[in-house]
Formats: sequence, C-alpha cells, structure tokens
Amino acid sequence: MLKAVILIGGPQKGTRFRPLSLELPKPLFPVAGFPIIYHHIEACVKLPEVKEILLIGAYQPSEALNRFIATTQRELNINLRYLQEYTTLGTAGGLYHFRDQILAGKPSGFFVFNGDICCDFPMVDMWNFHQQVQTGDHFTMLAAEATRKQSLQYGCLAENEETHEVLHYVEKPQTFVSSSINCGVYIFTPEIFSHIGAVFLKNQADVFNGGDNINPVRDCIRLEQDILSPLAGAKKLYVFKTTRFWSQIKSAGSAIYANRLYLSLYNSTHPERLAHNNDNGPKIIGDVFIHPSARVDPSATWSIKLPVFYAVVSRCATVLLRSCPNVTIGAGVTVGPGVRVRESLVLEGATLQDHCCILHSIIGWNSSVGAWTRVEGTANDPNPNDKHAKIDSSTLFNEEGKLNPSITILGRNVVIPPEVMVLNAILLPDKELSSSFKNQILL
Amino acid sequence: MKALILVGGYGTRLRPLTLSAPKPLVEFCNKPMLLHQVEALAQVGVKEIVLAVSYRAEQLEKELKAHEKKLGIKITMSHEEEPLGTAGPLALAKGILSADNEPFFVLNSDISCEFPFQEMLDFHKNHGKEGTIVVTKVEEPSKYGVVVYDDTGRIERFVEKPSVFVSNKINAGMYIFSPAILDRIELRPTSIEKEVFPFMANSGQLYAMELSGFWMDVGQPKDFLTGMCMYLTNQKQRSPERLYNGQGVHGNVLVDPSAKIGKNCRIGPNVVIGPDVVVEDGVCIKRSTILRGTTIKSHSWIESSIIGWRCQIGQWVRMENVCVLGEDVIVKDELYINGGRILPHKSIGTSVTEPQIIM
Repeated sequence: MLKAVILIGGPQKGTRFRPLSLELPKPLFPVAGFPIIYHHIEACVKLPEVKEILLIGAYQPSEALNRFIATTQRELNINLRYLQEYTTLGTAGGLYHFRDQILAGKPSGFFVFNGDICCDFPMVDMWNFHQQVQTGDHFTMLAAEATRKQSLQYGCLAENEETHEVLHYVEKPQTFVSSSINCGVYIFTPEIFSHIGAVFLKNQADVFNGGDNINPVRDCIRLEQDILSPLAGAKKLYVFKTTRFWSQIKSAGSAIYANRLYLSLYNSTHPERLAHNNDNGPKIIGDVFIHPSARVDPSATWSIKLPVFYAVVSRCATVLLRSCPNVTIGAGVTVGPGVRVRESLVLEGATLQDHCCILHSIIGWNSSVGAWTRVEGTANDPNPNDKHAKIDSSTLFNEEGKLNPSITILGRNVVIPPEVMVLNAILLPDKELSSSFKNQILL
Repeated sequence: MKALILVGGYGTRLRPLTLSAPKPLVEFCNKPMLLHQVEALAQVGVKEIVLAVSYRAEQLEKELKAHEKKLGIKITMSHEEEPLGTAGPLALAKGILSADNEPFFVLNSDISCEFPFQEMLDFHKNHGKEGTIVVTKVEEPSKYGVVVYDDTGRIERFVEKPSVFVSNKINAGMYIFSPAILDRIELRPTSIEKEVFPFMANSGQLYAMELSGFWMDVGQPKDFLTGMCMYLTNQKQRSPERLYNGQGVHGNVLVDPSAKIGKNCRIGPNVVIGPDVVVEDGVCIKRSTILRGTTIKSHSWIESSIIGWRCQIGQWVRMENVCVLGEDVIVKDELYINGGRILPHKSIGTSVTEPQIIM
C-alpha cells in the first residue's frame, strides 16, 4: 500500500504569486481548468497502490480548501486529508511532525510532492524504477534536465550513470554543478523518518547547547539541504530522470505557461475534454474544452484551446487564438462580441466587454474590462528553441528599480473602464481604474 | 487682386506625411491645405496667386493645374533657388505683385482659420497705410512673438517671446500690403518679422486687425489635430450639413461619401475620414484624421492620430498619443502604437510602446 503527501506551503510562501494568492491559496489556483494540486492528485490516482493522499501545509482551514477536499475526494474516489502545521516546519519538518498519520495503515512507501509544480507525473514508471533499482531501504527523487545557466536556480544533483545513485546534491549552487535538477517529487520509505528525526533532535539540542537562542526557525527542517544533501553518496538516494514536461509555478506568468502545458497534455490524457464541431454547437477551431454543463451560445466563434465552464458568450464573440492557443475561461464569465483573448487566463465571474483585447494577462475573479480596452502583459516564457529551458522567475524590479515587464494581473473585482490601456501592470483587488496604466503596481 | 502664399520648404515638421506629398497638398479636413486658402482668396476676387516655393515646385504645379481651371484663377510658382525666408519671396515676385498697383495678400501656408479676407481688405483701405497684419489671441503668448498696438490698430512694437505679460495677441501669419512695401525688401534671404516690420511700425505704417474665430498653425502633427478639431467645430456652426450623420457617430465628424464604415463602430468626436477609406466593424476612432485609401480592420481603437494614405491597420490595434503614419504603412493585428512616427512603406510587426520614430 502506498500513500502520497503534497506539501502545499502556507500564506507566507507563494508571495510571488500575489495578488492572485491573496484570494486563494496558490495550490488551489486553477490551471487548465483545475486547481494546481488537482493535477497532482489525478496523477496519483493512476497508481492503484496509492490509497490515501495527505496535504500538509500552514494554511488556516478555509471554505475554499474544505470544498476542494470534499469535491476532489468524491470525484476521484480517494482518501484526502489536510494536515495543518502549527508553524512553518519546512519541507521536511512537516513530514516528520505528521509521521504517525503518514505511517498509519503501514504503507511500504509514500510519494512526496512539492505543491507548486506542474508536471506530466510519471507515477507508474517512477514506482517501478524505485522497486527495481535496489533491494534495501532507499529513496528516489525525480529529476529533469535544465540549461547550465538555469540549473543554478534549482537543486542540482550529480548521478552515477550506471547505478543511478545520487552522488552529490546541492540546493541553488553558486557555480555550476550539474544540469540535472530536482523536480520536487520523491518516493520515501518509512526509514526516512529516522534520518529526519536525527536532524530534528540535533536542532532542538542545539538551542540549549550554546546555539542561537533566538533562532525562530528551530522547528524548521528543510528536506533539500538538511536531509537530501547528507544522504547523497551514501547508497541511499537514487534518481529517476524524466523527459516529460516539468515546471515550477512561482509567478503568475508561470501559471499561464503551466496552463499551456497541461492543455496540450489533454490531447493524450483526456481527449474527451476537448470539444468537437457539430452542426448545432458553436464553431470550434483548434482544441477547445467545454465542460459538459456549460452553456455556450451556438453562434459564437471560438478558435481557442480552453476549458470553459458555464461561460456565457454572446453572439459573434470572436475569442481568437491563432498560433498560440492558450486561454482558460472560467465559470460564469461573460465575453462580449468582438473580444480577442490570447495567452491569458480569465477567472470565474469576469466580464469582458465588446471589442476588448486581452493579451498575456490574468483577469481576476469578478473583474470587468470595458469596451475597446487593451489589457496586455509581457510573456516571459522559456526559450522555445531550447527544450531544456525553464521559465525564469525573475525579480519584480530590475537593477534600476523599474518594474520588470511581466504578465499583467488584475486581482479580484478590478474594474477597468472602456477604451484604456493597461500594460505590464499589477492591480490589487477591488481597484477601479480611471485611466490608462502602464508598468506599475496599483496597491 | 493678387496673393502670395509662402509655401516654403521641406515641410519637415509634418513628416512622414510630407515624404510622400508636398505639404500644401496634404489633405487637411479632406481638402489639400493649400486649397482651403486658395478657395477663400478666390471668393474675395483674387485672380492671381503666387506660390513661393523652394522645394518640389513641379509636383505642386502639376496638381494645381486642375484647380486653376475650376476656380477661374491663375496660379504661378515662384521657385526660390535658395530659401529666401519670409520677405525675400515678395521681392522675387515683385513683378506680378506690383503689376496692378492694388493691395495684395500674403499668407503663411500652414494657417487654418475662417479666412477674413474681405474684412482685411476693408480694414486696410480704411487706414490707408502700407500694411495690415492679422493678429489673434492665444493662451500662451510667451511661446510666440506678441504684437503691441493702440486702439486704432496702429502697431507700436513687436516683442519676441516676452518673459512678462505684454500682450496676448500674436501675428496670425496673414497680411495685406500696399505695393509700396516692395521697395523695402531686397532679393535676398530676409525675415519680414525681424527686418521689415519693425521699420514699418516705427514709421506708423503697420496696423493690426484682430481675428475673431478659431486660428491654428497646422504645420505639425499635434497642432494639425487641434486645428482639425477647431475646424470641425466651426463647420458645425457654418455648414452642419457637411458633417457626417450616420450610425455610430459622436460629435463632429467629416466623412468622404466614398468611405465605408462598418457596423457597431464609434466614430468621433473630431474625426476626418478621407475618400475610399474602409472602416470595418467595431472600430473606435477619436480625434484623428484618416487619409485616402486606408483600411482599418475590425475592433481597433484609434485616438489622436494621423493615418496616411493607403495604410492597412490590422484588427484589435490600439493607436494613441499623436501617431503619424506615412503612406502605405502596414500595422499587424493586435499591436499597440504609442506616439509612433512611422515612415512610408513600413510593415510594423511589434508594438511601439513609447513614442519613437520607426524607419
């Protein structure tokens, strides 16, 4: 029997995802029509040995979280629980604190996932690899390939090509170590807790043995630095390389990128989610996902790849997508005639008035964009010519203190008047613009 | 009677439009700039107009032949080999101007207003001196040279860009002179404002007539658009039947009958649309001039711009902040052009987010 643990972080994490994460815990943000961690859970369910999934994080229980758990449990028919950390315990501290719950039912092993990644999870292959690579107690981590330069932003590992053992592991090195990077997906056996426990006890003792009394993070144990690095080279840690798509979701821009990756995956995993042309329905060009209970005006013209829930699209709406099909339109969205949406997410309840143009943006819940208005951001997608290039999570401001051009984000309930221009801007919830707004953050 | 219009040189301030056509022929409110003045002069009985030109005289001459016949007026080119300034051209055309010993008009070619030529004639004959300058009131006189005159209109002096308030009346670029003035001007590059007027003022030979109504020097894009708005407001009062009254119009709009406008558009206020222009569905145009033969595709939004002849503007394009497009420019779909000056025959594939010149 196996279990899976998803580390979903807390409100103090995921700050690069603001203002979207002010509304909703980042792990619940919809990507390709479903919350980020829904995709993790869906992947776990594919491995029949997985009997329970635990979410560990520091979020207060909220209606959104509770509803997600109840719905997902029912839809996917899997045990799902949320375990709330009493304080930030770090990526390993949480596991250790809840070891009893994880080990309840005596699983032979368990998966651990970082919550803020998007991936075509190779569950079955990774589990098979884990079982075959060694007979004794051991752990496996998932790795992907990055460019030399970008590898420095991740955990880098050096591999023994024959035995697949991790010889060396270092988190965000300053000089190049390896282009193999840690994906944040692991398979552990119960023995991991003796390793984490040792670190835990040492940390606690340090406080009293002349260590730093004022250390506020004494309960915090980091999986990468404190557990994995020491385990490298000890014939305990193995690596399973994948060439399937993988990306972190740190900033809003990466949400749009992840959206595209998951949508393209639907072609093979959920082709039924993509709509087809028929005489009575709207004109579909390209890949379109329409939820079975959605109501779309039959005279609408869509040439987009998108999941549409209950969207109301007026006559002659032209939500066009040419060569870059990547749009998500949420439930209850109203799209007026002559609207252009490309490479963007339009969240639930938003309204797009006639002839407006939305490019590289995220339109927040219940926001409205006036007629002829242009909302535009700047994509920072990875270099398409390099298949190992990963999305950059650059800082908000550049060296001169100017805002780095990025995806334009409208928080919840933002009202944009007609005929204005919003460019490379971030607008916090409940703002009402009165004129054009460029390259700035509106608090 | 005769008139001299100072057309001058390259029209560089109105580039890129003037790269394709000489400035007097660029259409202002659907009529070549020069023709506004020529028609008004013909109405008060001017029979011969001299165009003082230092560039592209042949092209102008050819274009104006047609209008000559229609208006029953003779148009002569006075081609300056070297630019003669604002007074020199008078000396060059002395022969024609002094032929019938009557007062003659002199105009700057960039002026748009309700031309008061009859009043000027009456006013000039009344005081009987050598020259009359039309003056107009402006809000910011220190940007220009101001004219100081007494109650009779006799000009006392000129003050260039005054730092303290002296007067709010400036030279409007329209004059009427008696032939005697020609004795004061030599055939060399001369500035009439600096070298001729001050002497005339000192001997009490120069009078100022106030212009009522709108006035604008439309020689550069920003002012071209402001002048367009003023002209359209004036049209609303004088001949409202010329203004467009179709679907989707707001405020004062001038549309050539051969232009086609689509459904669900919003045109105006203050828009001029030239012949053979096609505006597709859902387009919003404000405070702009669209010249002949251009196509604007659906859902685009255009404000404060001058779009040249035969341009192709794509769908969902946004243009604002005094864009000027030369002839035959293509702007691809979904772009944003902010204050772009785009030279003729360019194809624009990426947005222009800050004002700049695209060659």
